[in-house]
Order: sequence, then structure tokens, then C-alpha cells
Amino acid sequence: MSELIIRNGFVFDPLQGIRGDRMDIGIKDGKIVETSTLSAPRTIDAAGMTVMAGGVDIHSHVVGPKVNVGRLFRPEDKLFKSPHKSPTCSRMEMGSSVPSTFKTGYDYARMGYVFVNEAAMPPLHSPHVHEEIRDTPIIDNAAMPVFGNNWFTLEYLKNNEIENNAAYTAWLLRATRGFGIKVVNPGGSEAWGWGLNCVHIHDPVPYFDIAPAEIVKGLIETNEFLGLPHSVHLHCNNLGNPGNYTDTLDSLRLAEGYAPKNDFGRKQVMHVTHLQFHAYGGDSWGNVGARSKDIMDYVNAHDNITVDMGQVTLDETTTMTADGPFEHHLRAQNNLKWANVDVELETAAGVVPYIYSPKVKANTIQWAVGLELALLAKDPMRIFLTTDHPNAGPFTRYPRVIAWLMSRAARDATMKTFKWLDRTIDATSIDGIDRELDLYEIAQMTRAGPARALGLTHMYGGLAPGMDADVAVYALNPGDMPSDPAAIENAFSRCALLVKDGVVTVRDGEVVTEPAKRTIWVDVKVPENTQVQRDIYEHFLRHYSVKLDNYSLFEEHLHNSRVIEVDTTQ
Amino acid sequence: MPKKVENVGCPYCGVCCDDLVVTVSDDGKQILEVENACAIGNQIFHHATGSERIRLPRLRQPDGTYKDISYEEAVDYAAKVLYNAKKPLIYGFGSTNCEGMAAAAKVAEKAGAVLDNCASICHGSSFLAIFDNGYPSCTLGETKNRADVIVYWGANPAHAHPRHMSRYSIFPRGFFTGKGHMSRKIIVIDPRHTDTAQVADIYLQVKQGHDYELFDAFRAVVRGHEIPDVVAGIKREQIVEVANILKKARFGTIFYGMGLCHSDGRNHNVDIAISLTRDLNDYTKWTIMAMRGHYNITGPGAVWSWQYGYPYCLDLTKKDIAHMNPGETSSIDLAMRDEVDAFINIGTDAGAHFPIDAVKHLRKHPWITIDPNINMASEISDLHIPVGIVGVEVPGIVYRMDNVPIQYRKVIDPPEGVISDEELFERIYRRLSELEADEAVKEHAKAAPEGVRAGE
Repeated sequence: MSELIIRNGFVFDPLQGIRGDRMDIGIKDGKIVETSTLSAPRTIDAAGMTVMAGGVDIHSHVVGPKVNVGRLFRPEDKLFKSPHKSPTCSRMEMGSSVPSTFKTGYDYARMGYVFVNEAAMPPLHSPHVHEEIRDTPIIDNAAMPVFGNNWFTLEYLKNNEIENNAAYTAWLLRATRGFGIKVVNPGGSEAWGWGLNCVHIHDPVPYFDIAPAEIVKGLIETNEFLGLPHSVHLHCNNLGNPGNYTDTLDSLRLAEGYAPKNDFGRKQVMHVTHLQFHAYGGDSWGNVGARSKDIMDYVNAHDNITVDMGQVTLDETTTMTADGPFEHHLRAQNNLKWANVDVELETAAGVVPYIYSPKVKANTIQWAVGLELALLAKDPMRIFLTTDHPNAGPFTRYPRVIAWLMSRAARDATMKTFKWLDRTIDATSIDGIDRELDLYEIAQMTRAGPARALGLTHMYGGLAPGMDADVAVYALNPGDMPSDPAAIENAFSRCALLVKDGVVTVRDGEVVTEPAKRTIWVDVKVPENTQVQRDIYEHFLRHYSVKLDNYSLFEEHLHNSRVIEVDTTQ
Repeated sequence: MPKKVENVGCPYCGVCCDDLVVTVSDDGKQILEVENACAIGNQIFHHATGSERIRLPRLRQPDGTYKDISYEEAVDYAAKVLYNAKKPLIYGFGSTNCEGMAAAAKVAEKAGAVLDNCASICHGSSFLAIFDNGYPSCTLGETKNRADVIVYWGANPAHAHPRHMSRYSIFPRGFFTGKGHMSRKIIVIDPRHTDTAQVADIYLQVKQGHDYELFDAFRAVVRGHEIPDVVAGIKREQIVEVANILKKARFGTIFYGMGLCHSDGRNHNVDIAISLTRDLNDYTKWTIMAMRGHYNITGPGAVWSWQYGYPYCLDLTKKDIAHMNPGETSSIDLAMRDEVDAFINIGTDAGAHFPIDAVKHLRKHPWITIDPNINMASEISDLHIPVGIVGVEVPGIVYRMDNVPIQYRKVIDPPEGVISDEELFERIYRRLSELEADEAVKEHAKAAPEGVRAGE
């Protein structure tokens, strides 16, 4: 295979502690290598530019049934909002807040991303998820099956049967070719089966008689019992409601006393996602305020937790979550169309369009809360840049979020557009924060950090020899950063170069080739467990609407598999 | 020893039963027995090996007869038709797998075609309502495990979806519904006293074409308003009684069929059905589901939504941006206005289902039918390309009426030499790419000269 050398760029690689040194990056056979091992490499000049590992997204809704409902029921998301096909791409690119699979792959690549973790896979729908993964070009995908409302999980954890739950978890990860344990509104989405919810971690789940707190703790124990690459990935109870920060703190405290146990370099036992939606004070939308400081004080002081932002980007978008009761609640607020899909024995989902407007006080407070979280964080290796795509805004806005994080002027310019600027400032602390993140911290939040939290630093997130040759080059000179934040945004929107698996994929912001993408999943070996096998057999016999033998993903529907093996039997 | 293949999916209706057991003869060439399927599903399997099959593509000759040609020639013909047409239409897909739909979309995008599926003449009006009002739904297992009230409105599953009631709605014993039928209230609303109505606890004979009014009355009562003595032919007392049952349900599902989306009101009927479901969720848990017809007619809506963002009526003729506007880009309307200059009928029978004027317009231009069997479309085509039967001879993913993907199996080999829809479209795509690369091939691809076509 061909050899490449990327010369003279300013390299930012937090995994190796490299802070903008001028270095050459050698690439051979799809891997990063020492430059001395190259014989006759093609040279790419990156002088005066920023070089980072390919971007890693820890939480984004890009493939699967609820994403597709969002596409299907919003034709208006395409009309006048889709670009014309690029002559260098093989397929059309349709949609904006919920782009088509093709547009998703191309746009992530243009931003210099190479790995995207689908945030919620309903296990019953795994063949659908993998069909969409097949049609998402370039970027590698993993998908996390949801466990927090799964009847097997609820029953095992109620009886404190961690080993059985672990055996079931291993079985489900294999059946769905899934990546890790996702928990969405634990207990609440099961309660939604009856039109109810669990808004607090001690609200009992109807019939199952277990509390969300026990579900989360049980799943942390399960996760560490198995030693999975990623930790429990939690969407807390009571999302999006004023005053919910106390519930969030209660959820965060559930991780106390647990230490990570894995062979993948992961340091946390709980990843709490889209924290912005969980950091509100007040008791109504009239007096809602930011409690980011309370939340981040806790997060900063506790090493076994990682979080991501869920930054509101002030766009028209499409909210979608396995938190079924939340979406029902949201449609009562904005009275727009509402789709809902309850999934038997497993989960639920809802989809509602939403317009985050700079003219709405609640929205501009949400905007401030997200940025405060990142700006108050002490360790950027533990807080990651996301928009909970597409919930708080489309992923294509990441470059703008980076500009807000890197530039006080960018934040001020945006705040000038707020109708309720004074009230927003009163209710938040954003105006008192001058911190501007640097490129090293951005590399931590968008590559190194998420890769470490996912347990994937042997493949993604860095530029050490032996890792995948995924390299993004941005037209930014760290010694001479543009004073106009729009230039930062442009540079991160369209990378100057993306090498994916050793192949030059994007040049000057245009996709030039579409190398084969891969599906990352976790295969866990556990001892045979006849009780769990019998439980699975029984539930499929009586309660599922599909046969057990048709539920597990057929091998032919898994595309370009790259398996991560975990053996608990040793 | 004959071999039993278990957990086989049924390629008939949107119920997508996946519990069939098919017995195949020693040599793997004959289907001997099909267990668990309804009469119609049973027939699909037996038909595969029990009758004479078309094994080669057939091209219409100047004398009106068909002549066997090779797949290579058929692929070349189809590619040239698509290449030379200004606005070809590729329509159908009710009866093929999602892999075939994805491959066909690739061809349509390359050729600049209009891509449409049977929803266009079926549940397309449901899509219009969903675009406006959403779709609070669930998987069928939820209904089975939780529902204590079931409504069938304008649907007759006893005939159209024979195992729907026994697998998912009325009869099964689920987790919270251990008493099965005994624990459920069944409400059937239909102008005709159908066989489904016979199993209802309450049957409302709505006046034909007045469904919208009846929904309106239910919404009014649920919200605590007064209604007239009689609405849509139903007495007020009965409306109030049913409204209270809906409101007091623990979990309910409204299953609706063509009776709503193809009677007067169409998408508006579905729209208000969704609104009623939304309203009821302020009190308890309600869901709604379209009784999709063919086993994988939900599939193209899913596949094309993730590929283009639109479920049907996709105009890809610009080649660089997709456009959907039912009424403008829908198959029947295009055909009635004679805007289409080539037609591919795949996995359905436009010859049987389209209005005669639409068929007459389409017949003026090259018409290619892709289907395992002889049907009305194949008999008036210029080219008929046989393919393997999905679910019998070709495996693949299909989407059940509740959008749950079901992985279908292959039970026997297709007749020797017969290829799948997916492979056929992949080959047409490759040929199209070659033609594009070689501009010089422009030529008239229509095999049969005007005036001597079959059926004239």
C-alpha cells in the first residue's frame, strides 16, 4: 500500500502530550508509523497548518429508526435546505437537521471526523441500524443498544443478579453487534408504556418495582464486571425541565464508590451525555436559570465521570430520543407534530421538530448553559464537544461551537442577537467567563478525550505509531490565529485534508474518495449461563413479536466488521 | 429426508409472520409443506415450485410475441432505455427486499428517474398526514403485551391481513394481557359489516364517507364537549360510550386501513385519527398504526428516507437534488399527464392497479416489468425480466407494518440462472455507468415498432 508523509504541520495530540510541535506524520498501510520507516512516501505539505487525529464523536444520532422517522416525517427539512450534489461525491446529499446517510458521512468527513458513535440503538431494530451504517460513507460507526428500560435488565437488577445481567448484556451486544451499554431515562421509558414517567432516580418503575437509581448502579456494576471498552453511557432522568439539576447531581452521585475495571485505558465508570439539558435551576420556564457551576463543581471533583455538552446551536432542528415521555412533554409545549415508537420489552422513542431561537429566553439560557459547562471544566479530557445531534442542533454546527469555545468575541457576537440578553445574562454566568480554549483543548474535547472514554485509544484519537492512520489537517496557524472567529469556524467546517485509514479522503474541504467504512462492535465472551438462555427463550416464546432466531443480526447484514474482543472467562 | 426450514418469513402481507416452517424435498427443489402460514402465504410458497416459472428475460418482438433473451441483453436493454429516457419512472417495490430497493435507488439516481412505490396508490395519503401531524405509534409486540382496547377502523384484517388479529391484537396472550381476548375490548368501525366486525365487542357502522365527522365527534367528547344526537349515522349515546372506553383504556391501538386513506377525506381522515391519538395521550396511552399492505411496502419508505429524506414520489431527474411533491411527482399523476417516457414496473403490477388511461400513456413508451411471475404488467411489457422470489429464493431485510426490520431467509434456490432484484439493479447500474462513459451509444432502444404491440 502507499506511503504518505504529512510534513511540517503543527501537531496537536493530547494522547501523547504533543502541543503544537512542528512534526512530520508518517503513514504506511493504513497505520501511523515512525517517519524513519518510510521508503518513498508521497509528501503532503502541512506547513502553517494544524494537524490532529481524525475526530471522534461519542454521542450522535445518525443511524436507526428514530433518526429515520425524523427524516421521513420532515420533508420541510429538505426543501431549500439541501445542497446540490457535489461532483466529487458519488451520491446526493439531502436534508439539514437530519441529513441523509450519505450527507452524514460526507459532512463528518469534511469536518475531519472519522468515527461516530450512534447514541441509541433499539435492539429489536438492529438490522435497520446496520442497513443505515452500510449506507453511511467514509466514517466508522458503532451503535449502543439501550438497556435502561429493558425487561431482562429490570428483572435481573431488581434481584441484584449482576452476573445474569452481564450474561444477558453480552448476548445482546452480540445479537445486535452493539458497542456498549446505553441508558436512556432509566425506568422512565418503560413507565411511558403506560403513559407515565420516572422523573427522579427514586421513582419506582410501574410493575417492575425497581428505581432508576438501582438500574444505573446495577448497569455500572455489570459494565465493570464485563470490563467493556466504554462505560455506562447515561441519559439522566428528568431531561429538559427547569430545576432538574438536583436530579442530575443525584444521578452523578450514583457513580460514587465505583472504579473502572478494563483493559482499554478507560478511566470513567459513567459517561453522562448532553449535560446541558440536565443543568437547569428554577422551577418553571419563567425563572429557569443555569446551574452549570453546581454540576461542573461536582464533575471536576470526580475523576470517574465523563460528560458531553449537548450544546444548543440556535437552529431549527429535530429532537429525537429514546426518552419517549420527554418528547410527549415537548410536543405539548410547542404543539408541533409528534412521532412516537414504543419498542416491545426494550425501549421507546419520540421525535418532535423544535426551533431554538435567539428570540426565546429559555433557548438563549440553554445556549449559555452548554458553553458554561465546557468553559468551567477543569479537565477537557473529560468533557466532549457534542450537540446531541440533532437534538440541540445539527452536528454540522460543531465548527461554530468550537468558535464559541475559542473566542469570547464569537460568544459576544452571538449574544448581541438575543432578544432577552439582559435576562439571559442575569440567569447565567456566561457573561462573566473570559476563558478561551486553545487548539490543544479542542483536540482533547473532540478526539483524545472521547476516544479514551470509549476505550478506543488503540485505534482513534491520537497520532502515535500503530494507531489508525486517521489524520485531519486544518488551515489554522496556531501561532497566528485569525482574529475573526468566522475564520476558525470555516477552517473546522472544511478541513484542508483528511486521511482516513491511510487514504486521502478530503482535500480542500471536498470529499475526493470514499474509502470503505467499518462497523465497530464489542464481542464479549462470558461463561455459559443456562438461566439467562432459558429467560431469553421464554420471553421470545411469549412476549416478543419476532422469533428468537430472526432477532440476532444475520452475519450478511453486518458490514465491514471490526470487532473488539473482551474475554471475561480468563 | 425432506428438510424442514424454520423461522421463515412470509412474503405476503405487512404482518410479516416469521414463524413459518417450510418442508423442502430431498433434492432441495420442491416445497412440500408450509406450516403456520395463512392460505395466501401458503400459496406463495407452493407457487414457487409447483408451477411453470419464467427462467429467462423475454423481449417483445415485432409480431407481438415474446422471445427469450439473456440477462446480459436484458440488462443492456434496460440500461439503454433508462439512459435515453428524459424522465423514466421506476415504480413498485411492494414485493422485494430492502437490498433491492437500495440498488434500484442507485440506478434511479444515476439515470435521473422518478422513483416511487406502491404507497403512491395506497398509504400515500397516510404519509401526507404524517408529514403534517406526526405518528404516535408502537411496535406490534407492545400492542400484544399491553393493549386492552383495540380499534380497527376502515380495515378488514380477517381478509387482508389474516394473522394480524391472532398474532398481535385481539387474541394473543401478552405479558400484561394474560387473558388474551377476554381482557380486551375490540371496536370495529366500518361502513360494511365485515368479517372483522364479527369479532368486535362494539361495531359502529359509520356512514360511508363520514369518517372525519365521527373522529371529530370522538375528539369533542374526549375533550368534554357536547355533540349532536347523531353523527355520521351513529347515535350520540354510542359515541359517548366508545369515547369513554377509549379514554379509560390502559393502552390502546388504532389500526386503520384503506377505508380511511382512500375514502372521501383521505389524508384528512388519517390526520384527525392522529389528532385523536394525540388527544387521548393526555389521559392514557394510545398508539396508531397503518395497516400496510404488502410484506415490504414499508421498506421503500424506510430505505429512501435514509437515502434521500423522502418516503415516496421521489423526483431524481435533476440528478443532483431530490424533490418530492405528491400530485406532481406521483406515479399516477405523471402517467395521466403523459410526462413519463419510460417505465419500469418492479415487484408490483401496475397493469392491474393503475387507471386504464395511465396505463395507455405508459404503454406508448418502453415498459419493463421486473417480477418473478407473469402478471398483467408483464403481459403488456416490452421486456419482462424474471427474478427470484424474495422470502422464498432470495433472503434479505423487510420492514413490517410497524417499521420493525425482519430478516427473511432463503428456503430454496431460485430456478437455475434466475438472479435477484438486487443483482439485476447492480448490473443495470454498471451498464449505465458504461453508457455514460461512452456517449456514442445513443440509439433507439424500443424493441417493438409502433402499432404492432401486444394487445393492440
